[in-house]
Amino acid sequence: MNLFRQLMEKPWLTDEGAVVEIRSGRTFALPREKLGLRLFLAVVMVIFSLMVAAYIERKVFSDWHSVPLPWILWLNTVILVLSSLAMHRAWSHARRGEMGGVRSWLSAGGFFAIAFLVGQLLAWRELVATGHYAAVDPSNAFFYMLTAVHGVHLIGGLVAWGRTIAKVRRGYGVVLVRMSVELCTIYWHFLLLIWLVLFVLMLLT
Amino acid sequence: MVDAVQDQDDFIPPAEVAEMELYHPKSWLTKYVFSQDAKVIAIQYSFTAIAIGLVALVLSWMMRLQLGFPETFSFIEAEDYYQFITMHGMIMVIYLLTALFLGGFGNYLIPLMVGARDMVFPYMNMLSYWVYLLAVLVLLASFFVPGGPTGAGWTLYPPQAILPGTPGAEGGIVMMLVSLALFIVGFTMGGLNYVVTVLQARTRGMTLMRMPLTIWGIFMATVLALLAFPALFVGAVMMTLDSLLGTSFFMPDIAQFGEQLKYSGGSPILFQHLFWFFGHPEVYIVALPAFGIVSDLISVHARRHIFGYRLMVWAIVIIGALSFIVWAHHMYVSGMNPWFGFFFATTTLIIAIPTAIKVYNWVLTLWRGNIQFTVPMLFALAFIVTFVNGGITGLFLGNVVVDVPLSDTMFVVAHFHMVMGVAPLMVVFGAIYHWFPKMTGRLLNVPMGQIHFWVTFIGAYAIFLPLHYLGFLGVPRRYYELSDISFIPDSAQDLNAFVTVIALIVGAAQILFLYNIGRSMIKGEKSGPNPWRATSLEWQTPQTPPGHGNFGQDLPVVYRWAYAYGLPDATEDYVPQNLPPDQITSDYDNSKLSKPIAQAAE
Repeated sequence: MNLFRQLMEKPWLTDEGAVVEIRSGRTFALPREKLGLRLFLAVVMVIFSLMVAAYIERKVFSDWHSVPLPWILWLNTVILVLSSLAMHRAWSHARRGEMGGVRSWLSAGGFFAIAFLVGQLLAWRELVATGHYAAVDPSNAFFYMLTAVHGVHLIGGLVAWGRTIAKVRRGYGVVLVRMSVELCTIYWHFLLLIWLVLFVLMLLT
Repeated sequence: MVDAVQDQDDFIPPAEVAEMELYHPKSWLTKYVFSQDAKVIAIQYSFTAIAIGLVALVLSWMMRLQLGFPETFSFIEAEDYYQFITMHGMIMVIYLLTALFLGGFGNYLIPLMVGARDMVFPYMNMLSYWVYLLAVLVLLASFFVPGGPTGAGWTLYPPQAILPGTPGAEGGIVMMLVSLALFIVGFTMGGLNYVVTVLQARTRGMTLMRMPLTIWGIFMATVLALLAFPALFVGAVMMTLDSLLGTSFFMPDIAQFGEQLKYSGGSPILFQHLFWFFGHPEVYIVALPAFGIVSDLISVHARRHIFGYRLMVWAIVIIGALSFIVWAHHMYVSGMNPWFGFFFATTTLIIAIPTAIKVYNWVLTLWRGNIQFTVPMLFALAFIVTFVNGGITGLFLGNVVVDVPLSDTMFVVAHFHMVMGVAPLMVVFGAIYHWFPKMTGRLLNVPMGQIHFWVTFIGAYAIFLPLHYLGFLGVPRRYYELSDISFIPDSAQDLNAFVTVIALIVGAAQILFLYNIGRSMIKGEKSGPNPWRATSLEWQTPQTPPGHGNFGQDLPVVYRWAYAYGLPDATEDYVPQNLPPDQITSDYDNSKLSKPIAQAAE
């Protein structure tokens, strides 16, 4: 029974039927937390889509000068990929119930994420040092804003990651941790995807 | 996404729905202040929203005093007036109506009406309220920064919003933008709760198509808000950067006071698109909960099932979807390709169709119903009339050729006050009179309610019908005073004075309403658990007001939709959603549900 069929019901007919349909009150076969995360990702997706739309809309004008991208962004990209991979390993360990693996890979994922954020700050410093302030050029302004908003989302992810790792360190069983690890992993992959899109857009001139 | 229940007709889930772990507060502080109970959060939301709404009400009085009696009040300067209109608009639309419908009614009614113990993420729900409160406080604080709050108009159009010359450009505008961003963050936390609770936490038997329309309206409005508020968020972030860091997202090459400013190359129109991509769905974020609630009020108080339930649900969904492709009808005078104008005018006319279907269905529900003229019913009827009135002027304004001469006149002001000011407020009042007995166990005083209704209803028309006429005359909106404009007759001023007097009276009637609430909470007549003899689950709770966890030992099981009124065989003229089918007739005396003594709580 899909969503469309649920919306096709005629509640006034089944009213006094001899057989009362008793269903569990769920629309989708998803845990609540996962559906909540998906909705949140949809909201974040709208934010980034609108920013990217504004970015592209501005970029097509002839007076656009692309910001010189610091080389460290390549390194940061690799680090973020590593971070995502580490989270994925943590998740596969969690599925198999191996808490030792979860612990080390989760730590690695968070470490790489923090390294990515530091790298982004270094990129900012390099731009500032060469006089590419936000107000100088629209391209600079978009660069700072997009990286900052992406970074803030990653920091939010690190809060969730911190709570997860605290649970792991306190020795919670795999049943209590599995969902948290999975949600973190989904979020990490999502932010990696966003970053790749942003990075490619910045590379295109 | 895959569906919860596999396609097995013989599949019946276990008798116990997976119970959620309910957070049990241990101290007074976690029970009533930092509460995770949706009902407490709802009341916190409602009181905060109403309090800030009163500020906006006072601001509207100040505006009306200036318009009605110009050059009389020395304490209202032109700058003050701009600040009043801006703050009045923003507070009413976002901090009052959105917060009250979704944070207030949403929190209170969703768990109760779908048969859940609480929202699915109670901790986040609590945070939602506190971030909202912070947003309100930041907004209030902007009254006290140098230069005062922003006077950019509630649409906050750049470049003027952040340039010297507009009141509040020094700091008020940034406070406003920060407050909006906070509101959106807080709302998102609550909104995820509302959506997931409706989708995944309904009790057994509560299929999607058995949900009361109130829930459908709030649910769809929340989905809209989750997808539309990010546009405002992006706009607010970018404008904050323009204002604080001197970036040029929205700022074109611009000269002011004979001096070239440092801004260059931004697009003010981009902000307008972002703002209205949020702003138009916002109309429906306010209207859809009102649609839903009014459907239930009419059904209950006309003792009749809602006409065309399925169509009502679909209309809510279709209106929600269409509301995302009409936004540029707010921007006809900003300059656009005529084909765009044609497109947005067409979608605007199309969205009137599902809306009109809803109006017909309300009227057909009333048709041959056993109409009880209770106070909630009066407000519900007033909503239908007012909404039709405001909706039809919306059809005028949706057409480019009509909009261009009327744009930025009082006609627009009259239109949107009718359709998304007065009409939703009628529902807010009706809903408060309707659900107050469930929230407190006491009835609101009826004579006071009737006075409140008639003064508000007739007063609203006495205020806003003349404004339509002023708009036809060409009286512009946002003007501090009209002096020596040749095409506007002097009598327009008399009309303005009349409107001001009525506005003060209508405002005073709201004080009577607040007094009624305060008095009835303490001394009101005991209502019993189900004074309106309604079918939906919130009226069937073992305690009134509902206790922690809402439903006592076991969650209710739902056997039918929420509109089982006047069934031919039933003992009573209403059959609660959770009454087992074998108890509908004879042996089960469900009138005992209506007796006050059935309250286990007291």
